[in-house]
Amino acid sequence: MITLEHYLVLAALLFSISVAGIFLNRKNVIVLLMCIELMMLAVNINFIAFSFFLQDLAGQVFVFFILTVAAAEAAIGLAILVLLFRNRGTINVQDMDAMKG
Amino acid sequence: MDTIYLLIVLAPLFGAIAAGLFGRQIGRAGAHTVTILGVAVSFILSLVVFWAHVFGDAGVYNETLYTWLVSDGIQFEVGFLVDNLTAMMMLVVTFVSLMVHIYTIGYMKDDPGYQRFFAYISLFTFSMLMLVMANNFMQLFFGWEAVGLVSYLLIGFWYKRPTATYANMKAFIVNRVGDFGFLIGIAALVFYTGSLNYTEVFAEGQSMSEATITIWPGWTFGLLDLALIFLFIGAMGKSAQVPLHVWLPDSMEGPTPISALIHAATMVTAGIFMVARMSPLYEFSVAALSFILIIGAITAFFMGLVGLVQNDIKRVVAYSTLSQLGYMTVALGASAYAAGLFHLMTHAFFKALLFLAAGSVIIAMHHLQDMRAMGGLRRYMPITYVTALIGSLALIGFPFFSGFFSKDAIIEAVGYSQTPGATFAYWLVLAGVFVTALYTFRMFFMVFHGEERYDQAHKYMPDHGDEHDDEHGDDHHHGPLQPKESPWVVTVPLILLAIPSVVAGYFIGPMLFGDFFANSLFVLPEQDVLATKGESYTGVLGFVLHGLMLPAFWLAMAGLATAWYLYMKRPELPGLIAERLKLGVRILEDKYGFDRFNDWFFAGGSVRLGRALWRYGDALIIDGLLVNGTARSIGWISSRVRHMQSGFLYHYAFVMIIGLLVLMFAFVI
Amino acid sequence: MTFELVLFYLFGAILLGGALAMISVRNPVHAALFLVLCFVAAAALWLMAEAEFLGIVLVLVYVGAVMVLFLFVVMMLDINLAKLREGFTEYLPAGIVVALAMATVLVLVITRYITMDAPERAGPEYSNTEALGAILYTEYVYPFEIAAVILLVAIIAAISLTQRKRPDNKSIDPGKQMAVSREGRVRMVAMPSEKKKAPRRGAQGSGANAPDSKDGSK
Repeated sequence: MITLEHYLVLAALLFSISVAGIFLNRKNVIVLLMCIELMMLAVNINFIAFSFFLQDLAGQVFVFFILTVAAAEAAIGLAILVLLFRNRGTINVQDMDAMKG
Repeated sequence: MDTIYLLIVLAPLFGAIAAGLFGRQIGRAGAHTVTILGVAVSFILSLVVFWAHVFGDAGVYNETLYTWLVSDGIQFEVGFLVDNLTAMMMLVVTFVSLMVHIYTIGYMKDDPGYQRFFAYISLFTFSMLMLVMANNFMQLFFGWEAVGLVSYLLIGFWYKRPTATYANMKAFIVNRVGDFGFLIGIAALVFYTGSLNYTEVFAEGQSMSEATITIWPGWTFGLLDLALIFLFIGAMGKSAQVPLHVWLPDSMEGPTPISALIHAATMVTAGIFMVARMSPLYEFSVAALSFILIIGAITAFFMGLVGLVQNDIKRVVAYSTLSQLGYMTVALGASAYAAGLFHLMTHAFFKALLFLAAGSVIIAMHHLQDMRAMGGLRRYMPITYVTALIGSLALIGFPFFSGFFSKDAIIEAVGYSQTPGATFAYWLVLAGVFVTALYTFRMFFMVFHGEERYDQAHKYMPDHGDEHDDEHGDDHHHGPLQPKESPWVVTVPLILLAIPSVVAGYFIGPMLFGDFFANSLFVLPEQDVLATKGESYTGVLGFVLHGLMLPAFWLAMAGLATAWYLYMKRPELPGLIAERLKLGVRILEDKYGFDRFNDWFFAGGSVRLGRALWRYGDALIIDGLLVNGTARSIGWISSRVRHMQSGFLYHYAFVMIIGLLVLMFAFVI
Repeated sequence: MTFELVLFYLFGAILLGGALAMISVRNPVHAALFLVLCFVAAAALWLMAEAEFLGIVLVLVYVGAVMVLFLFVVMMLDINLAKLREGFTEYLPAGIVVALAMATVLVLVITRYITMDAPERAGPEYSNTEALGAILYTEYVYPFEIAAVILLVAIIAAISLTQRKRPDNKSIDPGKQMAVSREGRVRMVAMPSEKKKAPRRGAQGSGANAPDSKDGSK
């Protein structure tokens, strides 16, 4: 029998892996973006799980909107990335320190 | 009567405004005409009022004319209280003022500030009348400050002289100290009674003497004692009592008519008048009376001593004024208010006379004031000589001259007094009589007798002689310095003042032992020393005969004789004595070091304090620590904190993740 | 162990394995492909949780559109892979520690506070799409419309960000054409009349021959 804990633990592990991914791929913006997608997937799994176990569709509506926003975010993020690459010739995060205090 | 009182006060004010604001339009003659007219109107009406009050049956007039404002139930009013005391003061003030106005025409005739001068002295007359006619503390304070202001303006009349501006600053600041006490005193009375009106405050006198006030836990004073001592501190400033006397000798930087009017006859007696006016309160405070007595006695004796070593003719008279003010104060302290006021009146006449005589001499000497350059002047200016002799005799208390009566009355009153410190005061005032005679006739002999030294005058020209020259713009100093008698505008006031200097004393019967002041002064029966004295009073002649048997008379004669011996018979002796008593002379020439101490402690201390506050308070704490310190500490913190802003995305991400971890740990734990 | 549980573990393992692979592979293209694998496995799990519509959407929208976009960008950009991998091993211990700490804490929180059994499964007649649509167009109609606007904004933003002026663009600006004035085009040049010495030559010759013409022919 699958319980809520199963889903939540799975999502937690997925989230932890994506955190580790952010640590490891600290220089590659594309992989960073992918890790963020992965994080959102973990969150979405949580939403879906709660929606199912509580028998409430609101969770799924939330996931719906998250997907929408995530798609928009990915589009804009990649556009910025392209722009960045075009202007600076690199997507290395190490080189992006214009905001250094 | 309302109209008359108002007219008395407003006529000089009108003159002052006309001469002050429209001086250029009305010209010199216009200025003195309008101001003299104003003061003359005041004088004549004062005479009418005096007549009505003293010889007529006009009762005490006490009316409020105008309510300025009401604040928290306290009424601020303008009103007049006219009784015999006020009437006398009005007469003295307007008479001396009138004389001085006339005299000024001669004394100031070459001065470019002619109209300004007349405006000031008329304004002074107005202020002084407001002061003496007040029926409430607010108006008293107004007059008090207004005369102080005019005094400041007049001492610094020749404002181009550094010494004059120094002197007027000094006068103003020292008076501020006194006025601060005065204000506290008024505040204490208002605090208790909730009223500014004399009548209402006086009615509380008895109950106030039992009230106490706690300034600080453990410091409890009698409210009345405290309030009255503070009020007297105001009087000490205005009437130049030790240690607030320092401004008066310096005020001689002002023109001589001013010295006569303000710094001898009227303004400096405001403190005496005030204390006498408050007699219904002072009677209930033995502590305040004792304080007054001791201060007065110290002033009377020690300031007279300083007069012995002065060479400036005006300064001798100034120290004599200090000393005589001390006598008046002693009388007040001994509850002999009437004697104090009587002396105030006689002193106003003979001291104004002496000052104007000194001014006349100064005119003759072409604005030279050093006595060492004078001598033998009686041959050149007989009128001045005679009037100065009358003034001097009155001052030392020669029998049948006014000073004799008033001073004798004071000395005897002190002798009878039971106020703590009376014995001390008695011996001091007695010794003061000798000193008074000595310095008075030292001055008199040096100026009018002895060899003629006017041709050596250049040796004693003061430093500011040059500037003085410019102001007078004449050619006095060219050619021989032959002194000559002053014009009639100078001598007529001298003669007119000489008359009351002699005859004013004959009013001693009604004024001291009669009921002249019955409706103004209040004396507790057990402190009424004048009544004790009055029991043996049998008339003027009897008083004089009695006075001839008292030590005071013989001391005065001894002083006169000593002066004659030292300055006429053996003129080389004073130098030798000074040689022998070097230390004493130095102390006296140093005026007991009051000026030095004040300069070092108060003036220098203020400068040092200000510099320390500027350096440490302002520059270090406010600027350095608070203003720049804030900016600098923010800058310092930011310079540390900004290293956290690496600009690298993953640093921010790490911080977020670590924050998340901490948050979750909080859930687990 | 039910069949359901087996499926859950299977897809869960694929999901976690794909995620681990995604964060550790060297090539971003491979990473994107592993991410696709993760999405597919997650979509399967969603289907098991009766979220059929979203599972399909995840595959269609995410895998079909967003991930393709990722791949497209990754391939289009000329990325120096070696440089981007710098410091990978250096941060590996830190990453593992943080991930383990986070996982431990999360699991602790979940197991401590949450226990809930699965509800009754819906029957075959239940339509997830229909139910979702029913509340999406009624209760959540305003957020839905806002989401549409957000998408529009994203489209415009992405286009305008990536658009650039090309130097060889031959397009014309109608505004400039309209603003043309006579002064901008024609310049009047004052020409002093020719000298009377040689009126004939001046009349017949070109400007170069006229000695007085300071403007020249340029």
